[in-house]
Amino acid sequence: MARGGSRLMLVLGLAAAAALLVGLYTGLVRAPADAVQGEVQRIMYLHVPTVLVAYLAFTVVFVGSVGYLLTRREGWDILAHASAELGVLFTALTIAAGAIWGKPTWGAWWTWDARITTTAILLLIYLGYLMLRAAVEDQTRGARYAAVVGILGFLDIPIIHKSVEWWRTLHQPSSLARGAIDPVLLFPLWLNITAFALLYAFLLAQRMELGRLEAELTRRRLEE
Amino acid sequence: MKPRHRKFLLGGLVVAAALGYLIFGGLQETLVYFVTPTELREQGEHAVGRALRVGGMVETGSVLWDPRTLDLAFRLSDGVASVPVRHRGVPPDLFAEGRGAVVEGTVTADGVFQASQILAKHSEEYRPPREGEDRDALRERFKSLLKEKPAS
Repeated sequence: MARGGSRLMLVLGLAAAAALLVGLYTGLVRAPADAVQGEVQRIMYLHVPTVLVAYLAFTVVFVGSVGYLLTRREGWDILAHASAELGVLFTALTIAAGAIWGKPTWGAWWTWDARITTTAILLLIYLGYLMLRAAVEDQTRGARYAAVVGILGFLDIPIIHKSVEWWRTLHQPSSLARGAIDPVLLFPLWLNITAFALLYAFLLAQRMELGRLEAELTRRRLEE
Repeated sequence: MKPRHRKFLLGGLVVAAALGYLIFGGLQETLVYFVTPTELREQGEHAVGRALRVGGMVETGSVLWDPRTLDLAFRLSDGVASVPVRHRGVPPDLFAEGRGAVVEGTVTADGVFQASQILAKHSEEYRPPREGEDRDALRERFKSLLKEKPAS
């Protein structure tokens, strides 16, 4: 890795760590608890940022996949692959935090309403994406198949977003989209969204560097 | 148009059609998470004994709760129709009169909804307690619900 690259990585990592500390402190300690739900509402400062970052990650997978199919350049594929792994991570975190939030408020860890079901499908689509990559031996062919899944899988995101409007659900409509959050609670939420986005950027840069090294290693092995 | 592009376009159209069907056709039926009290009334005898979810507002003044037996009774309303609900167990913290709830269970022959699970539906609004509005006061209201029939 180039010197400049590692310095940028360090800056990004420190920025993410600092933003997370400030964001979580503001959200979990400083901000007042919600009038109706009480302390348990603070799970929002984890649940909402992780799902938005998961959406961002899969949007990047979509862009990387389109870029790869159009240009067949390895870099696009490395980007899509790295972002898919992070998207799976953040989707799993969203579902876990949502379940922990659901139990004390709704009275259930899980229920098969449209919002939760379509989010579970999102996780399965991209787990399938990663399994497909691992299963296809020919790497260029694997990358091509994965790109198709990466583009089609993205279609689930607008469905998830609209699920609470299209169908009757237990999950409430989007608070952010409706501006239904008091500024006192909204500010820490945006802090955390920013912090998790920085964390995503840092992890993505790391994972892409790893992807490039993997590709280089494969190339050298083939040359031997 | 190159054959490869045509293949992609065709594939894309097939996938889009399938998704469209899933969303607006087939899934529409099964994705009805709950029925309203009005819809339940329209089903009449047909609904008896079937596993169902009903969603609505917990009617103000309708909640009866016995903490000794854990027997809970209330009416769920959508403003047009209302259905009497019976349940044995502790409702979730956010369950309260004038708030949304979804109940899972079956309708008995006498028209009472026997719920095996009570789910509280909360709004998308989040705000700190207002001036003079103590969150403990809300909690107190919930406590009074719990102590409606004090243990003797």
